[in-house]
Amino acid sequence: MRLEAHLRARRDAGAKLLVPYVTGGLGPDWLDVVRAVVDAGADAVEIGIPFSDPVMDGPTIQEASQRALDAGATPATIVAEAAKLDVDAPLAVMTYYNPVHHTGHERFAASLADAGIDGAIVPDLPLDELDGWGDAADAAGIETVLLAAPTTPDDRLARICERSRGFVYGVSLLGVTGERDSLAVNATDMGRRLKAMTDRPSLLGIGISTGPQAVEGAAAADGVIVGSALIKRLLDGDGPEGAGAFIGELRKALDE
Amino acid sequence: MGIARGAPVRLEGSGPVPTGLGRFGEFGGRFVPESLVPALEQLEEAFRVAWASTEFRDELAHLLTNYAGRPTPVTECRRLSERLGVRVLLKREDLTHTGSHKINNVLGQALLTQRMGKHRLIAETGAGQHGVATATAAALFGLDCTVFMGAVDVERQALNVWRMRLLGAEVVPVESGSATLKDAINDALRDWVGTVEDTHYCIGSVVGPHPYPWMVREFQRIVGDEAREQCRTILGGHDPDVVVACVGGGSNAIGTFAGFLDTSARLIGIEAAGLGLESGQHGASITRGVPGVLHGARSLFLQSEEGQILEAHSISAGLDYPGVGPEHAALASEGRAEYHSATDDEALGGFQVLSATEGIVPALEPAHAIGWLAREAGHEVPSGSTVLVTLSGRGDKDAAQVAERLGTELG
Repeated sequence: MRLEAHLRARRDAGAKLLVPYVTGGLGPDWLDVVRAVVDAGADAVEIGIPFSDPVMDGPTIQEASQRALDAGATPATIVAEAAKLDVDAPLAVMTYYNPVHHTGHERFAASLADAGIDGAIVPDLPLDELDGWGDAADAAGIETVLLAAPTTPDDRLARICERSRGFVYGVSLLGVTGERDSLAVNATDMGRRLKAMTDRPSLLGIGISTGPQAVEGAAAADGVIVGSALIKRLLDGDGPEGAGAFIGELRKALDE
Repeated sequence: MGIARGAPVRLEGSGPVPTGLGRFGEFGGRFVPESLVPALEQLEEAFRVAWASTEFRDELAHLLTNYAGRPTPVTECRRLSERLGVRVLLKREDLTHTGSHKINNVLGQALLTQRMGKHRLIAETGAGQHGVATATAAALFGLDCTVFMGAVDVERQALNVWRMRLLGAEVVPVESGSATLKDAINDALRDWVGTVEDTHYCIGSVVGPHPYPWMVREFQRIVGDEAREQCRTILGGHDPDVVVACVGGGSNAIGTFAGFLDTSARLIGIEAAGLGLESGQHGASITRGVPGVLHGARSLFLQSEEGQILEAHSISAGLDYPGVGPEHAALASEGRAEYHSATDDEALGGFQVLSATEGIVPALEPAHAIGWLAREAGHEVPSGSTVLVTLSGRGDKDAAQVAERLGTELG
């Protein structure tokens, strides 16, 4: 339970949690991007395994996924490369269910465990369909993070919080990944509902792009996930240094 | 001669209900982002209540009779039968309002949308038939309508794009991925994730998460239920030996098969073989696909060795999809239905032969079924057999494309 244990310890020590998303295989230096964001204060890192049909993602992450696929990235190469990371933060992969299903539950879970990856986020695998993968992941020690949405009713939210491992991913708005001008009204509601429901670390993601938005989101929950805002910088040509600088700014905003 | 055209449509009975979260054997399910789960639960509940309600069925039956023009006839094809040596009957979905079977499903879903108090419909479309049908129902019910369509399909189906816009729908060309039906579905799902509280996603085939494959089958089973009764009248109380329908997502085929599942008729679905099964450029997801999860359901999909979804190819935009509805995957694995394929060229042959022998210009989708039958009459389909083919739509939309392929000019 390295992911959850680490996030709990950080939270209980008073920190607001910051988890960046990095598309695996996006550029030859993507491992250096992961290292840079950890050095800049990320509490954990989500590594995206690109899928051809990413229905939960907006244009920025879609483009990053396509570039990685065009460069030859596969689930196996991403996991094998991630095994080279020796960073001081837990790692979770974020991918869609078909690559997991195609590889096979036990085999995919074992490959993550062998690579030193601690968690998995599979946004199109909701609570009701979790069994096969969830059991295999638990058995291999992989913590599967479940998503909670603004449309999720309370009784279902309770079951999601109970079954989630690592942390609970609170979707802060109705919509796909992408930068937004301001934090959605739903975000603070979502954060409060999660905090009232569970002691498990709760993070808000989707649409969180700036320092002030991160601070606002982290005030309602235990922390935030930042994806598209970081990926946009990488697509625009920022390398590991720029990525580290951006995450460093967010870290600073959250720590103040 | 069976059910008279314009006679009241009767909607009675109900087919087998899928188990749990919509499983057909090992296929089906509900693999969607959490945001959509409550909407799918609401839709399932609304459909269960509506489908059990006499009032809903009467209202839908009234629309199907007085607006869509049901029942459609079964036409005996004397000249084609003579040429092929098998007795060919056509179920004429081309004669419905908007020109394809798609209208049966959208009228049902539009009525449900109204019942759920939502005011906007979104849809995806390949050939444009489902988009036109959805835009039509939206106009009829006074609903807002957005249709997602691959940019490639916007090009090759200009007439239908024009019709959708005339009907008041917004048509959104989708540039991502292969810019065809698969990507239009992705973008419709992305839209729905953000608008689910006031929008209904009107899925056009027996694909997607539960309850869509079940619900769309129930809305399309009228095709098979009518056809069985009509065939028995024509055939002196007998069923056809063989029932054939084209399969993209598979809604006209599953609707047809639903009427004949408990008969001894051979059920045959025809997939798009495109440039040939060996070319890799096809849409034959049952013949060449493997189990996977896409667009909310576990079914058979064309995939790379790494589990990425491959682009499909067909001359027909409506069959240009790398997957198939989960109930077809189950029927194939149980062996109750057989699935074969016809190439682009064979579909063009079917398009021409039906036009020339019967004066009926088919859409390119069912032209695959005709083309396959023309190839297999006397072989896979023994001489003297009686064959029902569902003519899922008319061919006006494909005229320009076929003319170009045949090297002829319009006008």
